Amino acid sequence: MIKLFLKILKTPKNIVSKKQLNRERAEISVVGKNIQAKVKRLFHGSLAIRQVDAGSDNACEQELVALSNAFYDVERFGINFVASPKHADMLLITGPVTRNMAEAVRRAMAATPDPKIVVAVGDDAINGGIYKGSYAVVDGVAAVIPVNYQIPGDPPTPKMILCHLLNILEAEDKKNISHKNHKTV
Amino acid sequence: MIELFASSFGFGILLTLFVVGAIGSLLLRKSDSWANFWSSFFAIAGSIWGLVLGTLLIVIGRDLSFTTGMAAWPLLSLTVHIDRLAAFFIVVISLITLICSVYGIGYIKHFYNQYSLGSLGLFYHLFIAGMILVVSAANGIFFLIVWEIMSIASYFLVVYDRHDENNVKAGFLYLVMTHVGTAFIIFSFLLLYQHTGSFDFANWQASSLLIPMSIKNVVFVLAMIGFGTKAGLIPFHVWLPSAHPAAPSHVSALMSGVMIKTGIYMMIRIFLDLLQPIPTWWGLAVLIIGSISALLGVLYALTEHDIKRLLAYHSIENIGIILLGLGSALTFASLNMPTLALLGLVAALFHTLNHATFKSLLFLSAGAVINQTHSRNMEEYGGLIKYMPLTAFCFLIGSMAISALPPFNGFFSEWLTFQALFSGIAGFNFYAKWIFMFAAGSLAFTGGLALACFVKAFGVTFLARPRSTEVTHAKEVSFSLRLGMILLAVLSLLFGIFSGYLTFWLEKIGTNIGAFYQIKSIVSVPSNQGIISVGNWSSVSAPAFFALLISALILVWFIVRFIINKNQKVTTGATWDCGTDLTPRMEITATGFARSITLIFQGILKPSIQHEVEYHDSMSRFLPKSRTIVLSIQDVYQTYLYRPLQTGITALSLRVKGIQSGNVNAYISYILITLMILLFFVL
Amino acid sequence: MMIFIWLAQLICTPIASLLFVGVIKKIKARLQNRQGASIWQPYRDIWKLLHKDEVISRDASWIFRFAPIIIFAVTVVVGASIPLFSSWLSNNLTSDILIIVYALAISTFFLALAGMDAGSAFGGFGSSREMTVSALAEGGFIFSLLTIALVSGTTNLFVIANVGIAAQSQSFLPTILAFGGFFIVLLAETARFPFDNPSTHLELTMIHEAMILEHSGKKLALLEWAAANKLFIFAALGANLFFPWGIAASASLAAIGIGLIVLFAKILVFCFIIAVIESSMAKFRFFRLPDLLVISFILNVVAISLIS
Repeated sequence: MIKLFLKILKTPKNIVSKKQLNRERAEISVVGKNIQAKVKRLFHGSLAIRQVDAGSDNACEQELVALSNAFYDVERFGINFVASPKHADMLLITGPVTRNMAEAVRRAMAATPDPKIVVAVGDDAINGGIYKGSYAVVDGVAAVIPVNYQIPGDPPTPKMILCHLLNILEAEDKKNISHKNHKTV
Repeated sequence: MIELFASSFGFGILLTLFVVGAIGSLLLRKSDSWANFWSSFFAIAGSIWGLVLGTLLIVIGRDLSFTTGMAAWPLLSLTVHIDRLAAFFIVVISLITLICSVYGIGYIKHFYNQYSLGSLGLFYHLFIAGMILVVSAANGIFFLIVWEIMSIASYFLVVYDRHDENNVKAGFLYLVMTHVGTAFIIFSFLLLYQHTGSFDFANWQASSLLIPMSIKNVVFVLAMIGFGTKAGLIPFHVWLPSAHPAAPSHVSALMSGVMIKTGIYMMIRIFLDLLQPIPTWWGLAVLIIGSISALLGVLYALTEHDIKRLLAYHSIENIGIILLGLGSALTFASLNMPTLALLGLVAALFHTLNHATFKSLLFLSAGAVINQTHSRNMEEYGGLIKYMPLTAFCFLIGSMAISALPPFNGFFSEWLTFQALFSGIAGFNFYAKWIFMFAAGSLAFTGGLALACFVKAFGVTFLARPRSTEVTHAKEVSFSLRLGMILLAVLSLLFGIFSGYLTFWLEKIGTNIGAFYQIKSIVSVPSNQGIISVGNWSSVSAPAFFALLISALILVWFIVRFIINKNQKVTTGATWDCGTDLTPRMEITATGFARSITLIFQGILKPSIQHEVEYHDSMSRFLPKSRTIVLSIQDVYQTYLYRPLQTGITALSLRVKGIQSGNVNAYISYILITLMILLFFVL
Repeated sequence: MMIFIWLAQLICTPIASLLFVGVIKKIKARLQNRQGASIWQPYRDIWKLLHKDEVISRDASWIFRFAPIIIFAVTVVVGASIPLFSSWLSNNLTSDILIIVYALAISTFFLALAGMDAGSAFGGFGSSREMTVSALAEGGFIFSLLTIALVSGTTNLFVIANVGIAAQSQSFLPTILAFGGFFIVLLAETARFPFDNPSTHLELTMIHEAMILEHSGKKLALLEWAAANKLFIFAALGANLFFPWGIAASASLAAIGIGLIVLFAKILVFCFIIAVIESSMAKFRFFRLPDLLVISFILNVVAISLIS
């Protein structure tokens, strides 16, 4: 019994303090406002995301689902998750792409209308991650369809996902500007 | 010129055309194409003549009435009396016959070298002549003679495709049921004869006040059963779902669109015209029967996946809707509200015309599909819109019309029926209010369920991918079939847009009936061609709705296509099915589509599932070889009405058979007993 | 002057409907203790969708391509035929209760056909469920409007909105009962809880969403917009037929302004009620829905019988 109580005292503080919570919330809010501005410019104010689970271990899915909860609340930035790739602008693909899902991933991308962005989320989707070299996977989404961007992490926290999303949107913005410059030149 | 048509001479020419067509086809039976040409030519000529004759009689407003001599015996007089009501039915018969005959030119080509086209022509012409005479006859015995001609000619048409055994069985059932109905009709006519001394309709009308009310009630019940069997009322409808699919498609269209209306015609004639004044419970009984017919008809239609049986059940539903209008007319007439009764009658007549139009359209399109795919099973169809686009379009128009979607004609006749029922709900305070509410509720639900059924029928037949390889060989049908279908589709739209104008004329037809002379109309047609009922209670305008809808469509299409995002690219890809392989088995089936509704109404429909499994090794039942699941609907009428009747009659006959002992001594003793009884009564 | 008022009547439904869809989502988000998207987000969604390309299934036919246009056009026509902010804009052309019901049935018909056209499994059963719910809801819909027509003595919607105030004070109970029946039909036809979850991702639970899974780009934009229009139409009918206070009875600008503000306020109340219902209960099992629809029908029958 005493050992249990001592353990409580000795365990490192992993309860988030209120100050830390507010700071966390403020950081997310800043990132989010930037995302919102970019989404407004590039996607007319609404970004529709379709999650494709290509045989993942659901770690990245849990983080992506956490994006829609009351704390991260990605809906307020104009981002929403949709049910069909035909409704989507961005495909977030997780998992090391098992052999059975390879064709499905290809079809999902064929069904998404242009303009679209394909993002591989998590180390598994980038190069196979902890499943690299297994007989059942094809080692990453890039082996199946052309991937535009990657979000590393095993799994990436929701805040990491948001920061990387902002980077992706900034990169898209630069690409669009350079395309426009190319056209005018 | 008018005298040429609107006289006994004109009527004689009409009948002669059909008789010549009949005899000529029979004589030309050796040559298929000549028989086809002769029969179609005279059918088209006769129907055009009939159309002109009927329209002239309606427009002029004169009754055509004559008697030809040469009666076999005094009670039979070959009297023909065509007032505006009969002329209206002649117009309906002729119009549908015209279009079905045009369609038939190409359709019956696939009977060449299989069956005799001469006999098809013979019975077809006799059938049409019979129908025209049925609505014109004015003497009871004359009526029964032509009624029989019509029934027997249609029997031969039903069993025409006799290589299929089901058709022969269907024909036999039809023959039995129609004669049962005729027996009831004969009985009711005999009762009327007993109390008025004659078989002429005019005499019945003149002495209707002398007939005691109890006899009138019995006549009502007998006539409802008798004409209801022909019209296809529940529970006397059992012949309809088998007989209509069995006949060739243009004959199905005629039977379903026109022949069953002759039952309605006689109901209008006897109840509203000849036997006035009538008690209130007649109208209420007709309302209840109509509501039940409508609801049950559409529910059974939802469970069907044979496309023609589905359409046959919808005929039962629409006859129910016509009866709703007729029942409200009868109720209002009995309670001395002739303006509202006229509204009910106009609704019934308008729905008769509309149903003839869109039901024929649906049957003709279904016939085209069956012609190309050689199967009536909807579960084998699919994707036909790419192979037969015009047929698909016509079936779509027919589906929209029968589901009462504006601006097509079905909506406006249902609108008028609703107005009649709403007036009943608003106007009455006693139990009639509840019956009118039940009728209105059944009409509301029927409309919704019919819409669901036609989404199923059109969607499973024409959309998505083919469900079997046979249908991929389908092609668009030949010119005469296309012409027939297009004409009916255009008529559906026109009858809808000009419904105000048609209502005006139908009122004129209605006021021709004895009970409604000099009644001011309940509905008026303002300059915008809409329909307004008295006191501004309700109004609708067909042309305005049509114009608004078309302009909204064009505007939206233009803006979306050309103004917003002009350089949008549209690519063709596969259907999204979560990345799996698409097979025809992934599409919804007709049974699956209607399964939800079937389960919701399982108290009425009594669906059942039967599993059969065949295993590789019957000892250890692990690996099934094949699995069969049979989903079926219990036929309650056979189980609870007809089989008990049949068993009862058979048992009774077996008992009575005991008299025929074969013993001569017994027969002599019968004669002795009879003599003694007769002597007793005389003395 | 009149031309502007008529124009306002015509475009009010398409312009304002998306706002109230956004309001419902915002209230739901707030009830879930989060910020949620802004109330103008649906406009941005539609605008983005109109600028996207499309991928159309090769099994689809012209029905798939034209159904969104037909559906949207029908909702615009119906939206122009119902009383919105004024009751004196009356016409006796297309404002009958029956033509409204059956015109909305045209949109259901084509939506179900478009769902079946691509031949996917989801579209097929989505159409089946939608037609089942719609078939049973029609009885309740017609009868709720009939009750209020019997109370007011006419079936013209504008006239009902005009005389409503006087007539309903005498027939309060039938009006409330009919409104109960109408509200159930509103939830059914606009695919809200407890009939359908408009934001579900599980295809097996979808009714309305399942039929639009195949559409993309402009077609999807038109279908989403038409669904929003339908919600606006039903809410406006409920607001103006059953509670017609505040509707403009004369042609003055002040009356019309007040009419518009009152209309939006009433529809906001509806949105709040719908959002609270969606946040506090679960969707019903599919085979419990017919019970609910028949309850709606019976409420209306009882209401009619109570009209003195």
